[in-house]
Amino acid sequence: MKHLSEYRDAHLVRGVLREIEGLVSAPRVVMEICGGQTHSIVRSGLDRMLPEQLALVHGPGCPVCVTPLEMIDRALAVATRPEVIFTSYGDMLRVPGSRQDLFGIRAAGGDVRVVYSPLDAVAIARQEPGRQVVFFAIGFETTAPANALAVRQARDLGIENFSVLVSHATVPAAMRAILGSPHNLVQGFLAAGHVCAVMGWWEYEPIAAEFGVPIVVTGFEPLDLVQGIRMCVRQLEEGRAEVENAYTRAVTREGNRPAQALIAEIFEVCDRKWRGIGTIPASGYRLRPEFAAYDAERRFEVGDVETEESAVCIAGEILQGRKKPTDCPAFGAECTPDNPLGATMVSTEGACAAYYRYGRGTG
Amino acid sequence: MSERPPGPTPDGEERPAVEGAVCPTPLPHHERIMLGHGGGGRLTAELIREVFLPALDNEVLQRGEDAAVLELTGSLTAGERLAVTTDAHIVRPLFFPGGDIGRLAVCGTVNDLAVMGAVPLWLTASFIIEEGLETALLLRVAEAMRTAAAEAGVTVVAGDTKVAERGQVDGLYISTSGVGRIPTGRNPSGSGIRPGDVVLVSGPLGDHGIAVLAARGELAFETTIRSDVAPVNGLVEALYDAGVTVHAMRDPTRGGLAATLNELATRSRVAVVLQEGSIPVRPEVEAACELLGFDPLQVANEGRLVAFVPDGQAKAALTALRAHPLGPGAVVVGRVEADPAGRVLLETSIGGTRIVDVPAGELLPRIC
Amino acid sequence: MCLGIPGRITTTFERDGLRMGKVDFGGVTREVCLDSVPEAEVDAWVIVHVGFAISVLDEEEAAETLAALREMFDLEEELGERS
Repeated sequence: MKHLSEYRDAHLVRGVLREIEGLVSAPRVVMEICGGQTHSIVRSGLDRMLPEQLALVHGPGCPVCVTPLEMIDRALAVATRPEVIFTSYGDMLRVPGSRQDLFGIRAAGGDVRVVYSPLDAVAIARQEPGRQVVFFAIGFETTAPANALAVRQARDLGIENFSVLVSHATVPAAMRAILGSPHNLVQGFLAAGHVCAVMGWWEYEPIAAEFGVPIVVTGFEPLDLVQGIRMCVRQLEEGRAEVENAYTRAVTREGNRPAQALIAEIFEVCDRKWRGIGTIPASGYRLRPEFAAYDAERRFEVGDVETEESAVCIAGEILQGRKKPTDCPAFGAECTPDNPLGATMVSTEGACAAYYRYGRGTG
Repeated sequence: MSERPPGPTPDGEERPAVEGAVCPTPLPHHERIMLGHGGGGRLTAELIREVFLPALDNEVLQRGEDAAVLELTGSLTAGERLAVTTDAHIVRPLFFPGGDIGRLAVCGTVNDLAVMGAVPLWLTASFIIEEGLETALLLRVAEAMRTAAAEAGVTVVAGDTKVAERGQVDGLYISTSGVGRIPTGRNPSGSGIRPGDVVLVSGPLGDHGIAVLAARGELAFETTIRSDVAPVNGLVEALYDAGVTVHAMRDPTRGGLAATLNELATRSRVAVVLQEGSIPVRPEVEAACELLGFDPLQVANEGRLVAFVPDGQAKAALTALRAHPLGPGAVVVGRVEADPAGRVLLETSIGGTRIVDVPAGELLPRIC
Repeated sequence: MCLGIPGRITTTFERDGLRMGKVDFGGVTREVCLDSVPEAEVDAWVIVHVGFAISVLDEEEAAETLAALREMFDLEEELGERS
């Protein structure tokens, strides 16, 4: 595939890996923040091809993993209602709430449908005027423009039987939380390429300056990843702490202005709870008051649900890069993708799930 | 329904002479299947006569007995065995590019027999039809089954029909069983794979899964991909005719090659190591997988053969497969090693390795 | 969090007040919302995430980066530095 396969060139990837090898002179800890990057790294086997001294840790870049348990339970409560067609990205279907998951709701008769795009959900609302279509609007900033557009379209077209359950997370605040923690081990970041395609990278400049860490905007294919890692490692070796862009074909410093305007029109920044980490201030989006009518939480009055996380689960520490999945005694034993105990095993992009599926540490 | 007077009808059937409101004799040649068609009476006979027999016509079915009485050409000699299999087929939509539920049913059963080294002989087909299904559609399915059966060289010797109330069944379900005869000397088995064996596939992976997903329309993508649904017994015979020793064979279906190889690796207690660069996938299937976040190794096939043969016979096996119309894309995709037993590994195109896991279940598009 | 893949715009059209396009991903096409990439015309490459174009792919930039890398590593081979 054009503009994709070229970045899987073994020859070039190995060349860059050799450079990284030549650069690293001390133990370095670099975090990648995007579930898609985690997936790509583990899928290609790249994590096992890096020099010993370079530790690549996985951050809380999986919107599925970091969706609070209460939000999942609310989604399940809404999906159960007979008048509701509950639409969602595929990732969310297997995520268990306190008692069951969306698959279970579907098996029990709930109308749960996977959509590829939020605009498809709006189309369903139009086709089924007698039903209430609810869309589970999760994601980071990458997904926010599309989710925002769905709400705006519903309003502009007078589609009243459409509403969204919002659970958006934003990256910069999470980075600050990780770097600001007294236990932080992370020395450099690979910023999420597609988040930055939307938001630009200018927001990361104060973070790099304040905490003295290099941040490199990185793409998703193996060649993109090793390029990003190389630039980050070089900065560490040279004692620099700047924001650099390794994904120049898709990202500019200002980002996508129309997309940012779209987000700002529909959403506003709010505090948000991250599963496994806790509440991080100004780290999420919620609907602006003028769009409150489209908020599924209000429309369906789903009350507070009692939730309880597993005592054994160390997802929080894994999400912040302090531990690896293999450090957890439950990993691969009580906690597997079929029976996940916590955030990072729940989604296929979560660090624990990725490790398990691609065989790290399971023999 | 209005009353009709007693006496003969235009096509010569007698109407009962009963007074008062009466449900008149239903008219023949219905456009839609009704509950009565499954009742075992006149309507069922009509359905068999007008739909199934014309399509699946053969001497055995024509006898119209309660069971097919079949004679083996030559009796089973010592060392010959029978293979028996059964399967149910549910697919939505019923017709998709490259195939339909009928073709799927015949090929699926033929293939289950073929991968055990059997020469498929006889199939049965049981139809569970939703009330209201268009008769013309059912006829198309039956005709597709005839075509597939002819391709595979098998006969459909027995059948059954039931009609379920509207809404109880999604259009049509077909359940089949099949019988085949395994010539002496053929012993392919899931536990027969040995370290040093080579893994072959007969053609590109993932066509069926993507074709059906596109046809469903829920994810709103367009493609020209057609299902690969086909009988693979011809490919199997090609291998044996060439004198190849076959340790194991399968036709990977749901769960893709990943599911099949994991099952076999466990059964034979070996490691299967694939080369990412060798795995054949059509560009359009690859594109669909990239778009939706699927792994082509997990996407369903319905007309591919995977075979394990000793290393020294790989060349002969490939030659034999490639000479067959269904096998020009046959390639070696990997090898078998002793360790780690039960695992399927992939040597990635950039030189790394990872595990190929058993698929979780339903293939879901992801945003991550 | 960001399964975005590159595709080429083959047609553009308007629907319900939104600028839309048909995008070809190499044998698979889908309708994509081009609302946030007003500068992208037919034949442009865009990065698509959940049916929404999030940025225009800078083909020149891509070509330059790849060319630079190829030069660097082909040169290494010539000089016999390949391990």
